[in-house]
Amino acid sequence: MIHACTLGLHRHVFPDLKAVLAKASPARSGDMLAGVAAASEEERMAARLVLADIPLAHFLDEAVIPYEDDEVTRIIIDSHATGAFLPVAGLTVGEFRDWLLSDAADTASLAALAPGLTPEMVAAVSKLMRNQDLILVAAKCSVVTRFRNTLGLPGRLAVRLQPNHPTDDPRGITASMLDGLLYGAGDAVIGINPATDSLPAITALLRLIDDFREQYAVPTQSCILTHVTNTLRAIDQGAPVDLVFQSIGGSEGVNSSFGVSAALLDEANTAARQLGRGTLGNNVMYFETGQGSALSANAHHGVDQQTIEARAYGLARRYQPLLVNTVVGFIGPEYLYDGKQIIRAGLEDHFCGKLLGLPMGCDICYTNHAEADQDDMDTLLTLLGVAGINFIIGVPGADDIMLNYQSTSFHDALYLRRVLDRRRAPEFEEWLEKMRITDYRGELLAQSSQYPLLGLAESIQEAP
Amino acid sequence: MSQKPAILTPDPWQQLQGLTRARVALGRAGVSLPTREVLRFGTAHAQARDAVHTALDVDLLASELQADGFRPLAVHSQAADRATYLRRPDYGRRLAPACSGRLVENGKNHWPARPRLAIVVADGLSSLATSRHTRAFLAALRAHIPDLSSQPLVIATQARVALGDEIGHLLGAEQVVVLIGERPGLSSPDSLGLYLTAGPRPGLNDAQRNCISNVRPEGLPYAEAARKLAFLIDGARRLGRTGVDLKDDSDAPALAAPENGPRIAAPETAIPFPPNVNLLEIPA
Repeated sequence: MIHACTLGLHRHVFPDLKAVLAKASPARSGDMLAGVAAASEEERMAARLVLADIPLAHFLDEAVIPYEDDEVTRIIIDSHATGAFLPVAGLTVGEFRDWLLSDAADTASLAALAPGLTPEMVAAVSKLMRNQDLILVAAKCSVVTRFRNTLGLPGRLAVRLQPNHPTDDPRGITASMLDGLLYGAGDAVIGINPATDSLPAITALLRLIDDFREQYAVPTQSCILTHVTNTLRAIDQGAPVDLVFQSIGGSEGVNSSFGVSAALLDEANTAARQLGRGTLGNNVMYFETGQGSALSANAHHGVDQQTIEARAYGLARRYQPLLVNTVVGFIGPEYLYDGKQIIRAGLEDHFCGKLLGLPMGCDICYTNHAEADQDDMDTLLTLLGVAGINFIIGVPGADDIMLNYQSTSFHDALYLRRVLDRRRAPEFEEWLEKMRITDYRGELLAQSSQYPLLGLAESIQEAP
Repeated sequence: MSQKPAILTPDPWQQLQGLTRARVALGRAGVSLPTREVLRFGTAHAQARDAVHTALDVDLLASELQADGFRPLAVHSQAADRATYLRRPDYGRRLAPACSGRLVENGKNHWPARPRLAIVVADGLSSLATSRHTRAFLAALRAHIPDLSSQPLVIATQARVALGDEIGHLLGAEQVVVLIGERPGLSSPDSLGLYLTAGPRPGLNDAQRNCISNVRPEGLPYAEAARKLAFLIDGARRLGRTGVDLKDDSDAPALAAPENGPRIAAPETAIPFPPNVNLLEIPA
């Protein structure tokens, strides 16, 4: 369907919905690289004016990637809950923004609305929102998930402890893991990006964390971030798999470039649930996403990278995951050029995911060839904290020596807890206190060799 | 003189620092990083940033390589400057039009007609890696390929790996090896990557190459990297191609992990990997 508007002497014409969405998107290098971005600032505003008047119901009639061609589109359309959509069914995108900001949209009504929204509707309204709007609405959303602890409760913030090591050395990994735990991190998951895909190595890492977790009765979950097919093989061999990890994207093409399909994810989700290892709940999937992956896989179909990213969440919610992590600044400057673009993308992803009912976390990160630095990360960290993010990443000193990029540190999480009064997952908080790592307020205690974890740290040193 | 009160809270698990290069047991000021660590981190980031943005001194490198017996020619990609290069990887994969003619002419006058190996020395994402390691690495490679300096050598700026395909094709080379500065890590601003491609021509993809990563004295040493490359060059000649089917069986098991973790898409050059791996470059 053609959309058009006149600004001054210029008539701006957009051939279809995906063109309106792409040109309404805030400027970013990936959309320019794909050739879908607005050619001028005026054209961007023309697209936003047009977008504001499009009825939300129209999004159910015009798919940005055809239903027949794309599995993700089919999942989005087939899972749309018409009843849940009713409260906003008569609104345009512009009116929807006003409604989201109004007092009518509270935690309960937003949770009830989530299954009635499609990713494209959510992406659309985000393009009309300023950063403070993205924060305010996301802060009203609450998404709670459970495996061995409770994540996403109001006033809480969790951390994925990421003790990566370039050669998967068990002692090196243990050193980073203990460092994180002694800083009170690890309630979201203890998750390792392995250097190798070999099954024996992955199984060894799974056992390494699981043995530790069992011995110290840590109320958290572990994950080795390997391909879903490796995790399925590990399950077959009886390895202690808590969560299934997979990178996913917002089109069938990008998912097939990752070597996955909905059928494969269905199988993995079922297999992990059947293990019944969660003590409080059975959310077993851990997904990672990030704007730009579809363009990088040549599978973007002319859709802008933020809309495609939101479509990945449409796929993710099929599985009621424990964790969804947008790895916002990893992809590089050809997709998100600088701190401004990374910050905006992080806020958009968190907002879109939360509105669609997902337990959103963010790997607040950058690479050395992006125009970004620690100050930009501090800004995004603070904004996402205010927006009520479920979890962030914790890496020793923010320096991931395996993946060679900068994420957030254990200190960063403590900063956020202090300035925003965010506590850890309740079960984990209790455990930290029992282990004499924190006091009753959640503040770090001075450590002594008599305390269990420091004792363990010292014993590793003694090993040959 | 009054004694200063203790301001920092040290972490009494500093012995863990002996087990990993990760920044463990940093201590804290309140809950924040101590000044010393903020400055140490800032210095590493500054060096990595400079490695990305410092232009390769082409004249200096050319004269050094000339002294080593090569007949180098300098070319550049269609990316006019670093800002364009970073935004438009596609420009970095194509030769500037003015350069192709010169390349062909130079090939006729100075280099063998159907060279066995074209060498492309590229700035990539770290000119520091290129300027620091090229000479020493080529000297090590010469131990395996005695007539190395008679082969074409092209210094390419604002270059991505795939630029080697066009260069190799224009020269009619059997194989092309691209020595290129990899995306700098915080503790490794100067990693050199080696990409070998048989039958180079525009339009190849990264599954058709072999890569040796993290070449630098603190990573994969020159002699070791040269031995591996010579092994791959021989193997590719016998097999008739490079890429997934060509394994570096010179020692370690193959290791390729494009799906692990947040590597949802990678920049042009591979993330520096632990040494001794034969990995596929992740499609860019």
